[in-house]
Amino acid sequence: MEHSTHSLPGLMTRTEAELRQVFLEQVKAVPAGERIRRCIQCGTCTGSCPVSYAMDISPRQLIALFRAGELETIMKSRSIWLCASCYACTTRCPAGIKITDIIYALKRTVMEKRYNSKAHHVQILANLFIQNLMSYGRLHEGTLIRKYYLRTGFTKLFGFVPLVLRMIQTKRLAFFPTKIKAHQSLSRIIKKAQEIEMRHLPEKLEYSPDFVGYKGIGDLTLEPRKGGNA
Amino acid sequence: MKYAYYPGCSLEKTQRGYDESVRAVFKALDQELVEIEDWNCCGATMYMSVRETVSLSVSARNLALAERTGLDILAPCSSCFTILSKTNRILNEIPEMHRDVNEALAEGGLTYGGSTRVRHPVDVLMNDIGLDTLKSRFRRSLSGLKIAPYYGCQIVRPDKTFDDREDPVLLDKMFAACGGEVVYFPMKVRCCGGMLMTTFEDTALKLNRELLQCAVDNGAEAIVTTCPLCHFNLEGYQDRINRVFGTTFRVPILYFTQLLGIALGLSPQNLGLDSSFIPLGDKITTLAEAHYA
Repeated sequence: MEHSTHSLPGLMTRTEAELRQVFLEQVKAVPAGERIRRCIQCGTCTGSCPVSYAMDISPRQLIALFRAGELETIMKSRSIWLCASCYACTTRCPAGIKITDIIYALKRTVMEKRYNSKAHHVQILANLFIQNLMSYGRLHEGTLIRKYYLRTGFTKLFGFVPLVLRMIQTKRLAFFPTKIKAHQSLSRIIKKAQEIEMRHLPEKLEYSPDFVGYKGIGDLTLEPRKGGNA
Repeated sequence: MKYAYYPGCSLEKTQRGYDESVRAVFKALDQELVEIEDWNCCGATMYMSVRETVSLSVSARNLALAERTGLDILAPCSSCFTILSKTNRILNEIPEMHRDVNEALAEGGLTYGGSTRVRHPVDVLMNDIGLDTLKSRFRRSLSGLKIAPYYGCQIVRPDKTFDDREDPVLLDKMFAACGGEVVYFPMKVRCCGGMLMTTFEDTALKLNRELLQCAVDNGAEAIVTTCPLCHFNLEGYQDRINRVFGTTFRVPILYFTQLLGIALGLSPQNLGLDSSFIPLGDKITTLAEAHYA
């Protein structure tokens, strides 16, 4: 199994170097993303996180591992997928680090590099959600949940029988999706937005062994130091 | 006042109790709600990017539709509220993004100038209409009912909106004014796990078990919510929580507008109280029907 084996600063496996490149681009897109280098490792994030107990790598450790050049380890963890984006850590971080947005950047890094050969459940759900929105313009929860469990383990669907019956009884089950009238127009908006998105793909950062530690982040001067939206 | 009403996807059917009670409460307070014509899904948190033109355009379509009417948006679902607010903030802060989004919207014959305000019913009821007006309209006292107001994440975080991020109090004040007994509920802003109930069920069940336990330990007879996802996790999965953890919870989960509607003397039929999965219990049922018995 390929795993980061470097022990000397500045030496990285090829995968690690590629991952860092993508991740740094993603961080660059996060407003105030460069504040990641102000981490004092106090652990307020981990202490505030309602799901850190179930993580294999805590939020504080994520930043420590990134600093140590161990992105590969982070990418293999379940932690980033467990984040429900409740923003408790971001609200409390004494260094003003946008931890939730950093975790989003990590998720996007994994998805962009297709690092996990087997798509994670969260990615499946996200993709089905987007499909659902594209087809109808509104979310149909029934379709989303059914398709999700068909992809990830259909036997679980049987467990939902009592709940579905209860929903029917209380007139809370929408049997069919609602499709908006301006569906065509929404599709055109989405298509155009995708085109615009492609125009703005971030410039590839030139790879440097200095990316280890905070060096790579040091070049990101998107936001004045005094810091905009806290 | 008149508002551009944005119910959002969950309120269409699955959470009809929220939709019906918001409409009833606003009507009773002489506020007019005009549903945004042909609104689309806000995109929720599923679009993950911060600078993504697609997700911002999808959500901005609704802001543009509302702008045509010149009305503030009223968005009861916490997730819709936070996504629409966030889109508004980003478009107002980053001119290039605003330009890109307008270029996309033009394909649908729309344009967004940036003037729509996004409001949550808690904010409007407490800060615009105000507690004094509400008090003058109360017809039934919730006296003796022990209530745990649960705010969840998204109406208070990540940005500071209309209440404190760690210890919001507007719902506490609202229900204390109704004569209810608001119990100590330190988990009022603790996350319910949201969609983790689908992707990491074990973890989400534990989170919701802790919320229910905390409310019950402090004597709550009902939990009031502001978010369809919190509501569904606490209500729809309560049986499963009992099965997995060997607990015996039977806590009615109500939308804050349902309980407020009871205090305002509205008919239970108009508040969607019949949509509850869990029996409301004698106390709430008696209160709700008192006026009409």
